Amino acid sequence: MAELMYWEAIRRAHDEEMANDPLVIAMGEDIGVAGGTYKATQGLYEKYGEKRIIDTPISENSYTGLGIGASFIGVRPIIEIMSVNFAWLALDQIFNSAAKVRYMSGGQLTAPVVIRSPGGTAHQLGAQHSARMEKVFMGIAGLRVVTPSTPKQAYGLLKSAVRCDDPVFINEHELMYNLKGEVPDEEFFLPLEGSDVVREGSDVTLFAYNISVHWAKQAADMLAKDHGINAEVIDLYSLSPLDREGIKRSVSKTHRAVIVEEAEAMVGVGSEVMAIINEECFFELDAPPVRVSAAHVPIPYNHSLERAAIPDAKDVVNAVLASFGKS
Amino acid sequence: MLSTDDKKRLLQEMLFARRFEEACYQGAQERKIGGFVHLYPGQEACAHGVMEAARRGKDYVITGYRDHVHAMLSGADPKEVMAELFGKETGSSKGRGGSMHIFDVEHRFMGGYSLVGGPFPLATGIAKGIQLKGDDDISICFLGDASNNQGTFHESLNMASIWELPVLYICENNLYGIGTRIDRSTSELDQYKRAAVYNIPSAQTDGQDIEKVYEAAQIAVDHVRSGKGPYFLELLTYRFRGHSMSDSNAYRDDSEEAEWAKRDPIKILRDRLIEAGDYSMDEYKALDKKLIAEIDDEIVRFAEESPQPNVADLEKYVLADNDPYVTGGPQ
Repeated sequence: MAELMYWEAIRRAHDEEMANDPLVIAMGEDIGVAGGTYKATQGLYEKYGEKRIIDTPISENSYTGLGIGASFIGVRPIIEIMSVNFAWLALDQIFNSAAKVRYMSGGQLTAPVVIRSPGGTAHQLGAQHSARMEKVFMGIAGLRVVTPSTPKQAYGLLKSAVRCDDPVFINEHELMYNLKGEVPDEEFFLPLEGSDVVREGSDVTLFAYNISVHWAKQAADMLAKDHGINAEVIDLYSLSPLDREGIKRSVSKTHRAVIVEEAEAMVGVGSEVMAIINEECFFELDAPPVRVSAAHVPIPYNHSLERAAIPDAKDVVNAVLASFGKS
Repeated sequence: MLSTDDKKRLLQEMLFARRFEEACYQGAQERKIGGFVHLYPGQEACAHGVMEAARRGKDYVITGYRDHVHAMLSGADPKEVMAELFGKETGSSKGRGGSMHIFDVEHRFMGGYSLVGGPFPLATGIAKGIQLKGDDDISICFLGDASNNQGTFHESLNMASIWELPVLYICENNLYGIGTRIDRSTSELDQYKRAAVYNIPSAQTDGQDIEKVYEAAQIAVDHVRSGKGPYFLELLTYRFRGHSMSDSNAYRDDSEEAEWAKRDPIKILRDRLIEAGDYSMDEYKALDKKLIAEIDDEIVRFAEESPQPNVADLEKYVLADNDPYVTGGPQ
């Protein structure tokens, strides 16, 4: 089993899928000759040529729409949007065309596109390069949303997303492309629905996704070591649909829930998970569920302000302690 | 050149389209048809002339919300189109789309879309797919003049040009974007000139005379099919009714409407055939009567008598059914 970086896992999935099917293409800004901002398509331009590794103009809405149109006749485009902040420009085509076409055509037409884009606060990139917007995508019917927290997931989810007949939005993270992790050498596909128990526990469930899985794991270690609290960590790698059963199962076991997200709390993953807990297992709770999330501000440039805007493992620990009345 | 037989057939098809749309108007007045309904009378020579030069049902066609006639020209069954307007399970989109979202993928009618300018990238992407597959089909995008003020026009034409994609953009310039006249919204009135800046060959012609449309479309279709890249054809036309059923048309002068009424594409072709001694007014009147009866007795009746969708199927067609990759690939 090889240890790969997150970007290498994504690159490997591209390479295998493009070798497998001549109608799989990749498109986006700087992905070809320049090799990709985060190297996700490095070397593939040389291997597959400019017709299949397409350097697009900086026209997010229309190149995304172009990929969607191509997918109508059997092409499987993997569309990279360099930053999720730029994906706002493509929402018209993603929401109005890709997500709705199956429904409004009575099932005749599908848009099997993959749209990959990194969100998240990286290193002092300022308000217009630091947004997290998975909450926007997960509210749209007809669209699947997954978000890998490890290189293994980055590979396996992209592989499945390419082959799935639904449009899939993959939410990545700028700070995670160099993250290392083990990825099995043989080809595999990961389910696009569900959740993973990444750490078994009995006292409280930490729900997390993407980068916040790492904060939650770190917090779980601190809670065990310093406070004798045994936290379970659930990786919600599928944000749409959310794994109602998995959420219910874990809360029914631990009776406490803390949701950890890098985004603002308002209308977010945490709100949804809390609503599901309410609907599925309210009477299992020993304490009110808690959200650990970002301040409700555009992300500031200044380093200290930027760090203060988003949560970390320490914030998770404090939230758990508060839930036990130990703050 | 269109033969006399071709012209007679096209006259019949255009008259059918006119009467079909009038039946839609009637259905909406009677509240049997809901939502927004955008009708085509006045512009018939555009779609009929272009599709006569294309391969119907084989070339991919996509358009905006004024889509009934384009769908039928690709091969959609008029009964299914009418049933879609009535919201029935037998409709082209099983009652889920409505007037603005007719689809007939079997006949390569890739849909009507209701975001102005939305189909530009989709049509361009279909052309990208054709290019990847190496087929000699073409992608035809019918839109109005007002959609050229969307970013998607500029972004899509730019990409079609740099990648030499087999897409034919047809601009049906009816002089109004909803209720705003073109000279109040658009700095360049000649739309074909706007395509030229993207190094796309383009032309402008009279959209009321089907013979002129056909001639211009032949040049355009040949260009695109021969692998020379995109082409942009502007057709000068006019819609005889409001933008949609809810539009009172108050923003247009009566004198302007009267002038354009003289340029009815159906009358132009009919009178030309009569003048040449190939057709008579009696034949025309008999044809008209027959078409109206056919639309009432067969098409509207089919739509009226068809079943409603089952409410239990509300969530059908949102996502693929049982896609194996949702659960981790084929086991």
